Amino acid sequence: MSDHIVSPKIYVGVFLTLMVMTAITTAVSGVELGPWNTVVALGIAVFKATLVVLFFMHVKYSPRLTAAVIAGGIFWLVILIALTFSDFATRGWLPSLVRT
Amino acid sequence: MAETPALAAHAAEPGLQHQFESMEQQKEASSLGMWIFLVTEILFFGGLFLTYTIYRWENARAFAHASRHMDIALGTINTAVLIFSSLTMAMAVHSAATNRRRLLIGFLIATMILGGSFLGIKAVEYTDHIQHHLFPGPGFRYPAGADARGAQLFFSLYFAMTGLHALHMVIGLGILTTLVVMARRGRFTPEYSTPVEVSGLYWHFVDIVWIFLFPLLYLIGRHLR
Repeated sequence: MSDHIVSPKIYVGVFLTLMVMTAITTAVSGVELGPWNTVVALGIAVFKATLVVLFFMHVKYSPRLTAAVIAGGIFWLVILIALTFSDFATRGWLPSLVRT
Repeated sequence: MAETPALAAHAAEPGLQHQFESMEQQKEASSLGMWIFLVTEILFFGGLFLTYTIYRWENARAFAHASRHMDIALGTINTAVLIFSSLTMAMAVHSAATNRRRLLIGFLIATMILGGSFLGIKAVEYTDHIQHHLFPGPGFRYPAGADARGAQLFFSLYFAMTGLHALHMVIGLGILTTLVVMARRGRFTPEYSTPVEVSGLYWHFVDIVWIFLFPLLYLIGRHLR
C-alpha cells in the first residue's frame, strides 16, 4: 500500500549496503578479470539500482501496477539496445560470406 | 439521495478530489503518473547509454585508456554523496508522512546541500579535464600514438552523459527549493504530501542514473596496468 510507512532503520540499512557495494565495485575494478570486469560492474550497478527502486522508491510496498510500468520501461530499453546491437555486432559478417 | 460509500469518503476527506474514490487511490494515481514520466526518462538516458555501448564496442581500448583520466577518488566520493542524499530524501518523505515539519525541512535542506556538493565536485572535475585539454573539439590534446579519435568519442559521451545528469540535478535542486517553501508554509499534511513523495521518486531516479554512469565512465580502465 502506498500508505505503508517504511521504517528509517530499513532506509539506513539500504544506505549502508549501497555504500559497501560502491566500495566493492571500486575495489574490484582494479583487478584484471578480462570481460568479467564489465559484467561485475554492471551486476553491482543493477543490484544497487534494484535496492533504490524497491526501498527508497517504495516499489516493494506499491501496487503491482507500478512494477508492471517499470518492467515495461526496462523491456523497451532492452529492445532498443538488443535490436541496435543485432545490427552493429553482425556488420562484419556479411563481407566474409560474400567473398567465399 | 442515499449516501454512497464514495460520497461518505468525500465528506470525510476534504483533500480528496472528486474524480477519485479514496485518498489511497488519489496517491497511487500521482505516483503512477510520476513513474510513467520516469519510464520516459529511462529511455531518454537509454539513448545515450546505447550510444556509449556501441562506441565502446568499437573503441574498447581507447575507451578504457581515456577512462584512466578520471579522478576515481572524486568519482567515488561523489557516488557516496549522492547515495547519502538519497537517504536524506527518503527521510524527508518519511518525515512528511509522519507529520514532522521541522525534520522534513531539515532533511530537504540536507538533500540540497549534498546535491550542491555533488555539483561542486563535478565542477572541479570538469575544470580539471578542460585544463588538461580533454574537452572534445579543436582544443582536444592527447598523447601522440594513442587513439585520440576514440578518446574524443569517450569524452564527448562523458560530457554529454554527466552533463545531462548534472542538468537533472540542477532541476532537482529547484524542485527541492520549492518543496522547502511549501513545507514552511505548512502545505503538507500526513494526508497530503504527494509533492514530497513524487519529488523523492525523481531524486532517487537521478541517483540511479549516476549508479550506472560511475562504473561505465570511471572504472572501465582501472584494471589496466
